[in-house]
Amino acid sequence: MSQAALLSVRDLKVHFPVRIGGIFGRIVPVRAVDGVSFDLRAGETLGVVGESGCGKSTLGRAILQLIPPSAGAVIWLGERIDSLSQREMRAKREDMQIIFQDPLASLDPRMTIGDIIAEPLRTFQPKLGRAKARARVEDMLAKVGLLPQMINRYPHEFSGGQCQRIGIARAMILKPRLIVCDEPVSALDVSIQAQIVNLLMELQREFGLTLIFISHNLSVVRHISHRILVLYLGRVMELADRDQLYRNPRHPYTQALISAVPIPDPDLERRKERIVLAGDLPSPLAPPSGCVFRTRCPYATQLCAEDIPPLDPVEPGHHAACHHWQAIAAGEKQTTGPFADMLPAPEQTRPDSDR
Amino acid sequence: MDAAAPILEVDRLDVRFSTPEGVVEAVNGVSFAVGEAETVGIVGESGSGKSQVFMAVMGLLATNGHASGSVRYRRQQLLGMPPSELNAIRGGRMAIIFQDPMTSLNPYLTVRRQLTEVLVQHKGMGEREATKAAIEMLDRVRIPEPEKRIHQYPHEFSGGMRQRVMIAIAMLCKPDLLIADEPTTALDVTIQAQIIELMKELKEISRTAIVLITHDLGVVAGLSDRVLVMYAGRIVETGTAGEIFYDPQHPYTRGLLNSMPRLDEARVDSLETIPGQPPNLQRLPRGCPFQPRCPYAFERCETELPLLKRVGSGRANACHLERLP
Repeated sequence: MSQAALLSVRDLKVHFPVRIGGIFGRIVPVRAVDGVSFDLRAGETLGVVGESGCGKSTLGRAILQLIPPSAGAVIWLGERIDSLSQREMRAKREDMQIIFQDPLASLDPRMTIGDIIAEPLRTFQPKLGRAKARARVEDMLAKVGLLPQMINRYPHEFSGGQCQRIGIARAMILKPRLIVCDEPVSALDVSIQAQIVNLLMELQREFGLTLIFISHNLSVVRHISHRILVLYLGRVMELADRDQLYRNPRHPYTQALISAVPIPDPDLERRKERIVLAGDLPSPLAPPSGCVFRTRCPYATQLCAEDIPPLDPVEPGHHAACHHWQAIAAGEKQTTGPFADMLPAPEQTRPDSDR
Repeated sequence: MDAAAPILEVDRLDVRFSTPEGVVEAVNGVSFAVGEAETVGIVGESGSGKSQVFMAVMGLLATNGHASGSVRYRRQQLLGMPPSELNAIRGGRMAIIFQDPMTSLNPYLTVRRQLTEVLVQHKGMGEREATKAAIEMLDRVRIPEPEKRIHQYPHEFSGGMRQRVMIAIAMLCKPDLLIADEPTTALDVTIQAQIIELMKELKEISRTAIVLITHDLGVVAGLSDRVLVMYAGRIVETGTAGEIFYDPQHPYTRGLLNSMPRLDEARVDSLETIPGQPPNLQRLPRGCPFQPRCPYAFERCETELPLLKRVGSGRANACHLERLP
């Protein structure tokens, strides 16, 4: 996986103007995505994790130009696509698809699933005959684990997991190179989640797909991703290979996120030291100065309020945006936040350290 | 079960919903008990009936729903009890919190009104006394500046704070049974961690028995003493948290545990799955409802419904196999 990047994102910003204070109020930008950069290699899965309002879905949509970026560049196979016209962009969409969180809401209830899956074919390959299109759809139905004879049924006749398979078939029918998966398993039951995750990984192997997998579920993201991007209030907190991130999280936010995941093991779950972050996510309308995480960070200092921490290289392929990551990693940094007494010592913060 | 009499005893509970498409058999012959100060986790996927059991217990079934069987709270039969009598118990000695803290708080009333209501209703307190008790409770669930925030409306609170308010309302009358229906599901991971810690504290400092209904096996593992696993409206396995998580004996429980990716274990290349879908509750298959998805199914499973039978002390399993291979 050392080829040139399939997709490069450079300092991408998406700001939404929001009016606050009634009709005489002022317009304030919500910085949903605020300076995100990364490269995506062909064939890899990049996990994007963060809590609600961190900008992960906006990022996915801005990459596909479904939401126009406010600044920055999106480079697809060496070509900037953020400044293309709609018509020029449409030609690229054959290679870039998306699947959504709510599997039923993203399917037109009045179309048969055959028509839903064939729609991209009719748009991009209008010369393909009906019979050929049908054969392609039936073929794809089988690939996503549905029966070809279901082709004339309507979305409401299917369960959530099956609807997600239909959404995947629609995204896959043009054999795209990139699929943005926006919380594709979050609405599904545990036993169905595993089916869909396995299906995505099989399709990736078979077709050499590149995936951006957006999720708040850290266990699923670890399973499916090669690399992971951690977002908080529109900014990248940490970017690392999967094993580096889970074994050696360097950003205090990542450390807290990982330690917060409940583990289905009664002894471990009761024994482990959970890092409980104080307070709530700040309003994206008024993000904190300096490091956006500082208001909930147990290690925050004056420096964090003044300067935005750069995304520093921690080790090859691993970056973290924290002024104090070295001190925290060395165990020199004492917690200073309001809930400092509730926190375990830094060396105990890794969930696997007591095993 | 301990020697002490249980707080809640549910016996052969059935819940039926009549719909234009036919009768939905949402809960089928469910029996269990909740003891004093015990935390029971109820695990199951959507449609397993886990929430409907407790909607029936609280008398909150939708109008097309009907419960039969027996539900006793401290030996008092709740099914068929007139709402006026039921209201003396629910909200006071038996409280419930729901998944979505936004829709379960009234947006038109200040938090103070919603908190003091239960104290005025159940304890006959005056407004001033009730407000004082409410502020104390908000402080206990760690709402900052409770004297100020108590006069605010629900929309002025974040999701995690609203769930704290819900917990405060439920705990005000010191209930001996708290039913928590997916209390952390709608919350972000870091906020979920805060609520889990709060529930752990509650568990330690009060004698309240907690029923924790959730699909999140991790949350159940951390909080529950005993676990009931439900599938297609039936209990398929019960045991202590240790028994269920370390030695699951029902194929569904085992499948569920194996199908989740886990942070505490080495990554595997492919997740184990439970094939197929949960059954349609209007057309339950003959025999064992899990049989079409079960890797161990044999002829008997197709014709005969396995009943929940005791295996060892306090453990029960609804499977024709004596032990899983």
